[in-house]
Amino acid sequence: MHDKTLTELAAGLQAGEFSSRELCQSALDRIQRLDGDLNSFISVTTEQALADADAADQARAAGDAAALAGLPLALKDIFCTQGVRTSCGSKMLDSFVAPYDATVVEKIRQAGGVSLGKTNMDEFAMGSSNENSFYGPVKNPWDLSAVPGGSSGGSAAAVAAGLVPAALGTDTGGSIRQPAAFCGITGLKPTYGRVSRYGMVAYASSLDQGGPMARTAADCALLLETIAGHDVRDSTSVARVVPDYSAELDTSLAGLKIGLPKEYFGDGLDPEVETAVREAIKVYESLGAKVCEVSLPHTHLAIPAYYVIAPAEASSNLSRYDGVRFGHRCEDPTDLEDLYKRTRAEGFGEEVKRRILIGTHTLSEGFFDAYYLKAQQVRRLIRQDFLDAFDEVDVLMGPTAPTPAFDLGAQKDPVSMYLQDIYTIAVNLAGIPGISVPAGFAGNRPVGLQVLAPHFAEAQLLGVAHQFQQATDWHLKRPAFGKEMA
Amino acid sequence: MMQWETVIGLEVHVQLATQSKIFSGASTAFGAEPNTQACAVDLGMPGVLPVLNENAVAMAVKFGLAVDAEIPETSLFERKNYFYPDLPKGYQTSQMAQPIVGPGKVEITLDDGSTRSVRIHHAHLEEDAGKSLHEDYHGMTGIDLNRAGTPLLEIVSEPDMRSAKEAVAYIKALHAIVTYLGISDGNMAEGSMRCDVNVSVRPKGQAAFGTRAEIKNVNSFRFVEKAIAFEVERQIELIEDGGQVVQETRLFDPERDETRGMRTKEEANDYRYFPCPDLLPVTLDGAYVDHQRALMPELPSEKRRRFENQLGLSAYDAGVLASSRAMAEYFEAVKDVCGDAKQAANWVQGELSANLNRENLEIGDSPVTAEQLGGLIQRVMDDTISGKAAKQVFQALWDGEEDSADAIIEARGLKQVTDTGAIEGMIDQVIADSPVQVAQYREADESKRGKMIGYFVGQVMKASRGTANPQQVNSLLKQKLDQA
Repeated sequence: MHDKTLTELAAGLQAGEFSSRELCQSALDRIQRLDGDLNSFISVTTEQALADADAADQARAAGDAAALAGLPLALKDIFCTQGVRTSCGSKMLDSFVAPYDATVVEKIRQAGGVSLGKTNMDEFAMGSSNENSFYGPVKNPWDLSAVPGGSSGGSAAAVAAGLVPAALGTDTGGSIRQPAAFCGITGLKPTYGRVSRYGMVAYASSLDQGGPMARTAADCALLLETIAGHDVRDSTSVARVVPDYSAELDTSLAGLKIGLPKEYFGDGLDPEVETAVREAIKVYESLGAKVCEVSLPHTHLAIPAYYVIAPAEASSNLSRYDGVRFGHRCEDPTDLEDLYKRTRAEGFGEEVKRRILIGTHTLSEGFFDAYYLKAQQVRRLIRQDFLDAFDEVDVLMGPTAPTPAFDLGAQKDPVSMYLQDIYTIAVNLAGIPGISVPAGFAGNRPVGLQVLAPHFAEAQLLGVAHQFQQATDWHLKRPAFGKEMA
Repeated sequence: MMQWETVIGLEVHVQLATQSKIFSGASTAFGAEPNTQACAVDLGMPGVLPVLNENAVAMAVKFGLAVDAEIPETSLFERKNYFYPDLPKGYQTSQMAQPIVGPGKVEITLDDGSTRSVRIHHAHLEEDAGKSLHEDYHGMTGIDLNRAGTPLLEIVSEPDMRSAKEAVAYIKALHAIVTYLGISDGNMAEGSMRCDVNVSVRPKGQAAFGTRAEIKNVNSFRFVEKAIAFEVERQIELIEDGGQVVQETRLFDPERDETRGMRTKEEANDYRYFPCPDLLPVTLDGAYVDHQRALMPELPSEKRRRFENQLGLSAYDAGVLASSRAMAEYFEAVKDVCGDAKQAANWVQGELSANLNRENLEIGDSPVTAEQLGGLIQRVMDDTISGKAAKQVFQALWDGEEDSADAIIEARGLKQVTDTGAIEGMIDQVIADSPVQVAQYREADESKRGKMIGYFVGQVMKASRGTANPQQVNSLLKQKLDQA
């Protein structure tokens, strides 16, 4: 059962092959048996999940089954869940229980989806390896000595290990796509504004976007249909009709124009990753697509611009964690300043502190123009790069990450860690959607192909990914981890 | 002796009268139990997002139009970052580089009736913080976040005022505008209008401004006047003694009528303003602005002109009646019922105002409604009652004896008797009862009779309990006494 896709499980439930309770119980058993090695969950909500599964079974019996009725999934621990801890991977929020559901959580619930728990992540979504979690690192199911990527590492590892068929993640600079690539699953970052950010703990508000992580593009389409749409509680969500993504998956690729950004195939790209990606592109050519080289000339400025804008927003977004109203509070503060200083010194991890410092500095008087304003100018140039490229081609393709998953503890220097996001980060700055699709292996570790499309062209993106998955079986490969447990 | 000139600029925070907060759906009502009107957004919980209250935008635009300001097509919310326990998010959402209201001007009227113009630098929207409660917590501080997120319009003037009186006139003008527009209740005691006053002095004739002190949170017309007076004297004394004014924030102590320097922070504040990524820029097209303009009521200056030119009131009467929206509306309602603007003005400013002042009531709290007063004036104008009786009727209305002037006139029998036969009967009786006075009258010269007739009029009025029409009594008496 744990090898099946969301779509297959939905069909099984509909056909009465198994109940939601059986399905969820088996997934929960698997989590209990395997997650000790993986550490992909921060909280497992067994009782709530079984109650929800029973409710879904009853609804189905009554002929009232919604799109995701009875299907198990997991939520990155950045989405607020009423009554269940939302830690954001931080000691600061270890005790925080939100009095409300995030909009996407509400939508999943309304569609009958059953959350099994909250997945591990880099603290406040800051990281590319899931090593920055207060709850410890997550292991990559393909190789337990490797990282799963981050920041949505728990969601990616849980799906790859077959603990859940799908999960929600968030992507600020590659946090859905890079772990999807590292764990050999499919992960979609929607257009900025496509999915409501309400109830999603903010890291960098102008870049954050929630999205689906699953085995296939078809499953991502099913999930995106559910969570996308305008939300009156999020002014930056866009009032635009949500297409029937599942219905548009089979659009032919004949005549599709694919651009390969030359900047995405340069120095630093692992040769095995490059080989896998170029093989994938050949598959597209065989399906009738045309391939040409394009340029995104400001690509080299994406990481510097991101590491000004994202920390700037983060420094402000994280000011609310002051020990006054919720979350961690230091013991016996002597005065207000002591309360602030010790609460924040104790509650935040090193990477979070680093980014708060960077952001505070770049917004300071005397530095604001040189850093923040300049970065915003660069951001516009980067966005224009993509718009220009999409005048020539329909989609862009390249590697999701420059290397396959690296070993735990291998990246000691923050800057080399930041370079992990070199192909994903510009996408957030431009606000366009991107998807990572399994496209082979480098040794025993998966390689992801990244496909990018214009703003709000998720239907095309999912179709392009789906067609690839009809022609290849990379997305069907399963790690040896957990195989003994059928 | 050096002549000094005072230079004053004001930042006035006006609490907008929206039902809900500027970025959340929580209520803005005043006086609720602490923290009962603060939702997850106001508390700055993780993951929550602000949604701009469109009413706050409409109110700011109306204010801008009322002060002849430019309304920029695009304005922007920014975050002003600082840590304070009553600031839940660690930043205040405000506007800086691109405020919603651009430069404008306000006409102020001084006590001598002269007017002058004060320039508005800009006005911007922002959210209020909560309140820190330092009392009753045994050495700890309580935080009440009911006020957090209440919409404020901060109106920043140019340093155009030259005296405390001008500053007060300016605040009064703003007060009239915002209450006329209905965008604020203007209740200074509840903090609906809070002023930061920037004061400096310079030798008369000098072009450059002196160093200013900012006096925070001065919350009544009277305190503004006193705070400025104290501060001006302090600065002049300081300079004349060879000292220098330091740029600082000071606090007004209303119990001692003085300003005091606040503890200066060791490090300079750097608020690290940057555009709020959770809120889209506000774009207002011409059609929107025109729509808001069409919804605006008549403003004080326009009303004053209309009262003078169309209703024929004196400049003074027009000014007083237009000074507040409540007063103007009351007056116009009275006028509409009785049909005579001058009578309405006299009664509103005379009997009504006297009573209100005596009992320290606002016109909105008047026990006599405009309809009742208009009805009363009608009865005076159609001679149903005498002017003297009208005052009785007014007092009875004030005391709530009956619902209308007519009912009181009826109940008290105050209707003037105009039936000639009835009056003649009373006159004949008075003449019969006063043989001595009649004889004296008839012997007197024509020139003295005018005075002497007063006695008879008085007797007849007394006999009629004040209901006989005095003019009729007068002429009939004259006829009868002059006969014989």
